[in-house]
Amino acid sequence: MRVEDHAILGKMPEPQWVEFEFDGQTLQAIEGEPIAAALLAHGINIFRKTPKTGQPRGIFCAIGRCNDCVMTVNGVPNVRTCVEPVKAGMKVQSQIGNGQFPELAHPGEEAAKQDNQGGCRG
Amino acid sequence: MDANGVVINGYPSFEELRNSPGYPSEERLCKGAVAVIECVQEIPCDPCAWVCPKQAIKVGGDITNLPRLVEDDCIGCGICIAACPGQAIFMVDVNYSPTEALISFPYEYVPFPQEGDTVNAVDRAGCPVAKGRVVKVRTAAVNDRTAVISLAVPKEFAHTVRSMQRQGG
Amino acid sequence: MINTEIAIVGGGPAGLAAAIEAASAGAQVTVIDENSRPGGQLFKQIHKFFGSKAHLAGVRGFEIGNRMLRQIQDLRVNVCLDSVVYALADGNTLAVVKQGQTVEVRAEKMIVATGASENVINFPGWTLPGVIGAGAAQTMINVHRVLPGKRVLMIGSGNVGLIVSYQLMQAGADVVALVEALPKINGYGVHAAKIRRAGVPILVSHTVREVQGKENVAGAVVVRLDERFRHVPGSEQFFAVDTVCMAVGLSPLSELCRLLGCQFTYLPEMGGFVPLHDANMETSVPGLYVAGDLTGVEEASTAMEEGRLAGVSAAVALGYLDSAQAEVRKEEIRIRLENLRSGPFGEGRNTAKQVIIQRYQGICSQAGKEA
Repeated sequence: MRVEDHAILGKMPEPQWVEFEFDGQTLQAIEGEPIAAALLAHGINIFRKTPKTGQPRGIFCAIGRCNDCVMTVNGVPNVRTCVEPVKAGMKVQSQIGNGQFPELAHPGEEAAKQDNQGGCRG
Repeated sequence: MDANGVVINGYPSFEELRNSPGYPSEERLCKGAVAVIECVQEIPCDPCAWVCPKQAIKVGGDITNLPRLVEDDCIGCGICIAACPGQAIFMVDVNYSPTEALISFPYEYVPFPQEGDTVNAVDRAGCPVAKGRVVKVRTAAVNDRTAVISLAVPKEFAHTVRSMQRQGG
Repeated sequence: MINTEIAIVGGGPAGLAAAIEAASAGAQVTVIDENSRPGGQLFKQIHKFFGSKAHLAGVRGFEIGNRMLRQIQDLRVNVCLDSVVYALADGNTLAVVKQGQTVEVRAEKMIVATGASENVINFPGWTLPGVIGAGAAQTMINVHRVLPGKRVLMIGSGNVGLIVSYQLMQAGADVVALVEALPKINGYGVHAAKIRRAGVPILVSHTVREVQGKENVAGAVVVRLDERFRHVPGSEQFFAVDTVCMAVGLSPLSELCRLLGCQFTYLPEMGGFVPLHDANMETSVPGLYVAGDLTGVEEASTAMEEGRLAGVSAAVALGYLDSAQAEVRKEEIRIRLENLRSGPFGEGRNTAKQVIIQRYQGICSQAGKEA
């Protein structure tokens, strides 16, 4: 649910809507907002299942610190959705366990690409 | 209202209010609209003292002092209501009409009520105790987004009504 | 390699205040922050601040933040966002990673203002989606304008719990209750009074026994505590909620200071381990200053004042202010800090801050250093 009007923050500014995919569903988001915010706006708060016991997890700190909110984004696992901004056409998937990195054709190249896809924040 | 007090109930007891220098006397209340300051703990804060155009609120150099109302200097203008960061100042006019008192309080929830609406007036514990008629909704820029709502309620609630139930949402 | 005179790690209220002070004196300043926007927790504070005119009382937190950002721009302070300081490359060079690339920042003086992070308490169901920090709720509603849930139980009656409860209602959620384990409300009575008027029951001597739900929060069982904090059997109450917020204190984010070699002391009333510093905010590592919640969990107003103190001290050390000018400035700041730390809510913190300085002097004499 979005906060459309607020005594202090005022009315929500006219957003730039983009579409992204979550587990096969197409959802709307405001461009640049954290993935977690876009999902919560749709009432979705279960983001992943833990590796050993398959327990559900979602956001906790919402500030990029606790790593509870990680999901697989464009094939890359362990992305902190509370700080990663939504981009048009992004593919977000519930992460089951530790997730899997995409196949490494050229280990050196792939590793560098993954770093640039948000390695310092994910 | 409980005798327990602000640290247990989250709002001051009648005793704490009577003992605080910010609550006006019965005599002053009967003379017309007056500020009612319900700030009973020593916290570092003094905007009430410097916004009052009549210097009718005194805090002093030590800003943890409880604000003291100089009740005879208070003209009931209500500027202090929105200025208090703790939303602890109200205005009460016990003789607004033969049957009603007018209570003015700070309010920061949307939607604001409209003038003329009937709403549920609540006490310090949030319990609806009476119906209130919205007489005025002030949203001056100087109040920085804190609306000041004036509610006409039956006279006997002059000491108890301090807000209205939130609407919508 | 970025060369700068003063590197400030952390662009929250303390870091920004330090940058403004030092840059105003003429120093070349670089602020490094891991977030994509500066301001730390300041922009989430949509309520009017307390204090006196000098403390900008009556001004909303985010407006104070906006003013500081304008000053930062005018003073041409270099601000590196999305930048994480992860190591000390050598004596005075910080290793920073930004978007997958490593950058080194060499600085003559450093100010660390990394703030604090939220604590947790554990109970069955605490890991269910829907159990979040109070700060998390505040970020979602005030920065991203998204409600994390509609029916909330708040744990903790300090100012954070009281204020975030109020802000959740402003955003359109219902706060069904606030529970506090201690037998009294910790935060300001005026903050509590606001939420009581809005119909939120505050249950002192209560805690959460468990949170229930299959895949996410469906409800919480609250229980009363006796005078020894044991659950009182038969006192359980169930609240149907979809969100449980924890406002149970903060702990300083001290890892970087440890990495940089600072000496610490343990003060529970300040949030745990805090770096030792002198009256000028300088730590046991010469040329390294600290400010804000990192040095003891307080509030934004004190963070800004400490930031100013650190900024002035670093500027003096570089020769941008002479000692006389600096002393006048520092005295004004110290008086404002004392005012914020006065009264029954501030005394404990005031004493703790003095203990930090005393213990710093203690280790200096031990080391044979001049205090």
